[in-house]
Amino acid sequence: MTNSWTDIRNTDLVVVMGGNAAEAHPCGFKWVTEAKAHRGAKLIVVDPRYTRTASVSDFYAPIRQGTDIAFLLGVIKYCIDNDKVQWEYTKAFTNASYIVKEGFGYSDGLFTGYDEEKRDYNRTTWDYEIGEDGFAVTDPTLQHPRCVWNLLKQHVAVYTPEMVERICGTPRDKFLRVAQMISECSSPTKTMTSMYALGWTQHSHGAQNIRAMAMLQLILGNIGVRGGGMNALRGHSNIQGLTDIGLMSHLLTGYLNMPTEQETDFEIYMRSRQFRPLRPGQTSYWQNYRKFMVSFQKAMWGDAATAENQWGYEFLPKLDVPAYDVLRMFELMGAGRVNGYFCQGFNPMLAFPNRGKITASLSKLKFLVTMDPLETETARFWENHGEYNEVDTRSIQTEVFQLPTTCFAEEEGSLTNSGRWLQWHWAGGSPPGEAKHDTWIMAQIFLRMRELYRKEGGAFPDPILNLSWNYHDPNEPEPEELAKEINGRALTDLSDPADPSRVQVAAGKQLLNFSQLRDDGSTMCGVWIYSGCWNEAGNNMARRGTEDPDGTGAYLNWSFAWPLNRRTLYNRASADLQGRPWDPSRKLLEWDGTKWTGYDVPDIAPTARPDQVMPFIMNQEGVSRLFTRGMLRDGPFPAHMEPFESPVPNVMNPRMRGNPVARVFQSDLSQFGNADEFPFAATSYRLTEHFHYWTKHNRVNAALQPEFFVEISEELAALRQVVNGGWVRVWSKRGSVKAKAVVTKRIRPLNCDGRVVHVVGIPLHWGFVGAAKKGFGPNSLSPFVGDANIETPEYKAFLVNLEPTTAPGVQS
Amino acid sequence: MNVELSRRGFLKVGGAGVAATSLGAMGFSEAEAAVAAHVRPLKLANTTETRNTCPYCSVACGVILYAKGDVRKGERAEIIHVEGDADHPTNLGTLCPKGAALKDFIQAPTRLQHPMWRKPGSDRFERISWDQALDRIARLMKEDRDANFVAKNEAGVPVNRWTTTGFLAASATTNETAWATFKVVKALGIVGFDNQARV
Repeated sequence: MTNSWTDIRNTDLVVVMGGNAAEAHPCGFKWVTEAKAHRGAKLIVVDPRYTRTASVSDFYAPIRQGTDIAFLLGVIKYCIDNDKVQWEYTKAFTNASYIVKEGFGYSDGLFTGYDEEKRDYNRTTWDYEIGEDGFAVTDPTLQHPRCVWNLLKQHVAVYTPEMVERICGTPRDKFLRVAQMISECSSPTKTMTSMYALGWTQHSHGAQNIRAMAMLQLILGNIGVRGGGMNALRGHSNIQGLTDIGLMSHLLTGYLNMPTEQETDFEIYMRSRQFRPLRPGQTSYWQNYRKFMVSFQKAMWGDAATAENQWGYEFLPKLDVPAYDVLRMFELMGAGRVNGYFCQGFNPMLAFPNRGKITASLSKLKFLVTMDPLETETARFWENHGEYNEVDTRSIQTEVFQLPTTCFAEEEGSLTNSGRWLQWHWAGGSPPGEAKHDTWIMAQIFLRMRELYRKEGGAFPDPILNLSWNYHDPNEPEPEELAKEINGRALTDLSDPADPSRVQVAAGKQLLNFSQLRDDGSTMCGVWIYSGCWNEAGNNMARRGTEDPDGTGAYLNWSFAWPLNRRTLYNRASADLQGRPWDPSRKLLEWDGTKWTGYDVPDIAPTARPDQVMPFIMNQEGVSRLFTRGMLRDGPFPAHMEPFESPVPNVMNPRMRGNPVARVFQSDLSQFGNADEFPFAATSYRLTEHFHYWTKHNRVNAALQPEFFVEISEELAALRQVVNGGWVRVWSKRGSVKAKAVVTKRIRPLNCDGRVVHVVGIPLHWGFVGAAKKGFGPNSLSPFVGDANIETPEYKAFLVNLEPTTAPGVQS
Repeated sequence: MNVELSRRGFLKVGGAGVAATSLGAMGFSEAEAAVAAHVRPLKLANTTETRNTCPYCSVACGVILYAKGDVRKGERAEIIHVEGDADHPTNLGTLCPKGAALKDFIQAPTRLQHPMWRKPGSDRFERISWDQALDRIARLMKEDRDANFVAKNEAGVPVNRWTTTGFLAASATTNETAWATFKVVKALGIVGFDNQARV
């Protein structure tokens, strides 16, 4: 989230699209209710289903899943055509005026440079003209035909209300009502917030869904302001934290990148990470990358990371592919190229697509280790549960270890919520049986491995033998010790850059925050963006001050928000070029003539002049990007792409299947279904009574929603002669499930380009262990393909067929 | 002290039947104090309260755990009740149908108690000690790493990656556990490393 949960109270319009906050994030959704009650805010829901969020909305519009880009580009076109643009913001704070290189274009659903063979673009034309002074060329008058603004206008021209209706199935009048309501927020004194979740990410074009809304929010001037923003409602309690800390194949901590094998040494790695400003006087904060990186390496390898060995650069693995993401790992596993696998609090047998492939892949492992507080289907993937898990147990040669761990109530530490608040919590109960903390287990594995390499030697033991592990009890590092490493400390006395005779931080002291990091090995810091979380003032994550001056919802003394306790990202954009708040009644920051003051920690140097230094300090441009250069693989603008399994052809290019650059493994190509065989458009979702596959272990939640079902419209029920509460079989090219049918008015057929599209809704909470009845999940059916940029699987739009059947275990 | 005197703690003091004079000093009238003195002490009065956050979605609602016993004193503590933290700015004491049933997660019959081991081809799990399990896991890891570690690519460039063992991390663990996990997994050279954010 750019903003926080408590900031939603400040909004005028909430758009829930790609999510269902009332069900999936009920206590955060409270702040929508507050905004409606106290500010007269309106709520719009755009979704294939009439969700519980829709049931309390002011306006609901249906949409076919997977077509959000067309809808949003239609809204952008509406705003441009009707002059509903926050012009001063758009001109000053976005790259609207930047000139794009000659040769860039878009036709037949494809951008310039497409190579069908490689399923990739040559992206060299997707960039700015660079002048002789080394800066990007701009035309502040927006007259140049190749300035971003004119290219955007051209790009969205096709998305008329009629085109939106053809693609999305949203009736023209409903689309226009939504567009009109949204466009009102171009006023500097009206703000809109976007609340989205996996309804946008779980597509082969997920990143572009989100970009489309971000672009709309930028031209409306809604980023960096109270009650505005792009608010990703994340799924797990610490999914934000684990992403921030870089527990991903392609990341290091704090959004530093894993090196690739082209980056053969540290200086080559750094060469593409200079981040020189693209416009005069801009901050381009990533210029400090080297400080963050060296301090991270010192946190990993301590004294063994030296200037001579490039801070232990060789100790880091180098990637030969963009990422060994989960889809790639299960593809490799299926091919017999993965032998061991660890699942820490993770249940891939229900979480990853094409369950048949997942089970077959797990069966090829030599060993599997699960670490979980609860039973999981994954730990028992080899166990035969009749039609719920039809496996030949004896033939599965995988050795499995199921390790019991503590749960939240039995452990201490911090979690990072969607609003980037790091909140500390304490253990209240004792673990059951022999259950152990995950940290203890990781330490045990590490210490054993280190000992084996010490004694026996083996493949490249250096990064293991040299890993910094100086804890009071090496068998179980304490949360406080780990948090302090995350924050970082001075390794030698740090002299004050302003007065070298003065010591800024004494050796061994915790750093105040990341502004004190150095690139000469004199500081260490595990996760630079978290620096400040535990400094010499103590554990800032445990702060519990509830004061909130003037009721802004900032709560600066409650916990610690990254970065630097800042609550709203890009908050300098809440004020104009003179530093005056766009909306004086919703002031966030103000320029007092010499510095920024206000309700939040400024997201800019405190003395940066408002007419000179632009607000998007992490970008080399200093401004935000409507045109994203070559940074995303599938286009500098979002463009309409169908899901890989779509009930209709892509109207822009009927030959194009899915995202033209998304990775597809050879073995999955034959596993895509077509609409003639699988005519119905399926989607997956959560219910408010359940959390993934955990709460089916709880008696209360299992009683609230005891068994698997699918939701279909009355029209589809009539078409297939399904009765409400009757059993149906739902199958895709990859699998088949049995479910109770819920026949509902909440789902209605859509009319897309003259075809009737029926939607099948599939909730995701059942398996074969726990207190609830045995059932299935959407992953038995969904395709093994991910987003072109980040490989998040396409769970939200795929094709199925459906027919009445008998109960499981009963012959028809 | 981790737990400050909250509104709830204040009520607990009242419910436990503190003398009427001190209740009066806290703003209770004598009549109210007389009633309070006769009320049966709350069942939660003798429990230990601990601040925590809900482990489910990313709203991170504040919760209070009530336990018989105090882990901070080294006692065995059993959680008997979980409720919303009224002082928390986001949830203001409310919980959803999942958070309201958290005690059932903590005490689920399918909570794992012991390390278990399934031998190749077997149709059951059997008990194994922690030491046996961890020794065996470390041995399997080392064998695989030594056999399949890619020290250099075809061009002779050091790449130091281990692709044949993968690791999925839990996005419900703490940041501190995540950092410890990150250190170990990346130092081993494992590149097939993701968390739920990938999905």
